[in-house]
Amino acid sequence: MNQREKEEYLREYALLKAKGKPFFPYAVAKDAIMMAFVMVVIITMSIVLGAELGPKADPTTTTYVPRPEWYFFFLFELLRVIKPPELVPFATIGVPTICMILLFLLPFIDRGPERRPERRPIATIAGILIIFSMGYLTYLGAAAGSPNSIEMEVAPEYEKGKVVVAQSGCLACHKIGENGGDLGPHLTEIGAVLDKGAIRRTLDNPTAPMPSFAGLPEEKKAAMVDFLASLKGEDEGRIQNDSGEEG
Amino acid sequence: MKLPTLPKPPLPKRFQEKPDRPGAAPKPTKLEQVREGGITAADWLDERASLSGGLRWMMFRKVPKGTNWFYTLGSATMFAFVSQAITGVFLAMYYTPSATQAYESARHITNDVFLGEFVRGMHKWGSTVMVILIFLHMARTFFFGAYKYPRELQWIIGVVLVILTFVMSLTGYLLPFDQRSYWATIVAANINGTGPFVGPFLSDFLRGGGDFGATTLSRFYAIHMMLVPGLIAALIGAHLYLVARLGTTAPPWLRADVDEKLREEQV
Repeated sequence: MNQREKEEYLREYALLKAKGKPFFPYAVAKDAIMMAFVMVVIITMSIVLGAELGPKADPTTTTYVPRPEWYFFFLFELLRVIKPPELVPFATIGVPTICMILLFLLPFIDRGPERRPERRPIATIAGILIIFSMGYLTYLGAAAGSPNSIEMEVAPEYEKGKVVVAQSGCLACHKIGENGGDLGPHLTEIGAVLDKGAIRRTLDNPTAPMPSFAGLPEEKKAAMVDFLASLKGEDEGRIQNDSGEEG
Repeated sequence: MKLPTLPKPPLPKRFQEKPDRPGAAPKPTKLEQVREGGITAADWLDERASLSGGLRWMMFRKVPKGTNWFYTLGSATMFAFVSQAITGVFLAMYYTPSATQAYESARHITNDVFLGEFVRGMHKWGSTVMVILIFLHMARTFFFGAYKYPRELQWIIGVVLVILTFVMSLTGYLLPFDQRSYWATIVAANINGTGPFVGPFLSDFLRGGGDFGATTLSRFYAIHMMLVPGLIAALIGAHLYLVARLGTTAPPWLRADVDEKLREEQV
């Protein structure tokens, strides 16, 4: 905006303002109605949805997979979308920082005099795209479901191991079937790659970011190892199931 | 038998009602006296604080025509903040910011205190409502091009307010101290730690040390209770001052119709 455009805007605005109505009581009345509406919404949400308090914080558990407040879901999903570990800081810190800097600089980037959304196609389309991508990522984050369940048909003898694996938070990083994250290696076919002994050694003595499960009770660990060793990919698993039923 | 009544003693002269002076104004009624009293009190205050000018400037400024419901989102956000502040004060009356007692006090608020769960629910869901409203307000400003000259500074203050709202959400999430809040906060601190250069220092500052400990909770509590709300209130004040000074934008599609006569003369 150059000086002429600035003055033009100020003159135009002064004319529009002179034709307007006083803030009190006209705008105040609208604001008050909106505030009353917000109040009703908050009270209704409080009554209907309540304030649930989970179990007490326990720093010793290794089984809890945290989920953020829903409006952080889009950041959370960004972590899943960006896979290579060297890019993780980019997803966690880089993208939000860049977004913030862009927001701060917006009035200095877009200095054109035009204000009508349909005549600012770049800004309008960028805005709509950002809103849609944030909405989509939020939806993905919400639809990912509880990170503590594995939706997979397994033979009954492995059911216990499946529950242990699900509760141990493995899915925060590993993918089993349709569930889980992409930070670590996929475990859907881990049984075809590692034998029971190797799986047990990895659980006791894992590589850096993964926590050790050496402290897990032997019974649970055995169930876990059995379940993981049984994961040999879709087809083989089915054959095993079939043979199990025959026998 | 009827007793003779004595005549009333005459009132002393100074207690007798004086007759109206000829040509004087009629005596003020009760209502007028009350009104007069109000005006006197307002005058007393104004003589010392000179508030009336500012108030008149704030309340009776004109709002451009065409202003619609989208323009109420800002004040709605502010209202959500005020609601958070009020419910937060009541929660603070019962809350203990110590790692050993925080969960118990949150449970006490939820289960025992009169209307405790209701107020905690209002605070919890109020934060969601505030985040939604602040985003809608921001989207309205963006699509209407309202951040342009001369309102750039308002936009910048608004972005700071958005960030502070997220800080409130993050620090408040830990306070109930249940599993969910504890582990989500650990993840948040770790995520901050992955940042370049300042990351590790930032996460150490948040945790109050290398590990999540007793100081973490009180640190989050102080940030959530004192530092950020004060900043938000001050910045809302600055934001509002600029709104009153520069005026709210007119909808972008509106053009002031120039007087036809004037246009003809110009031609």
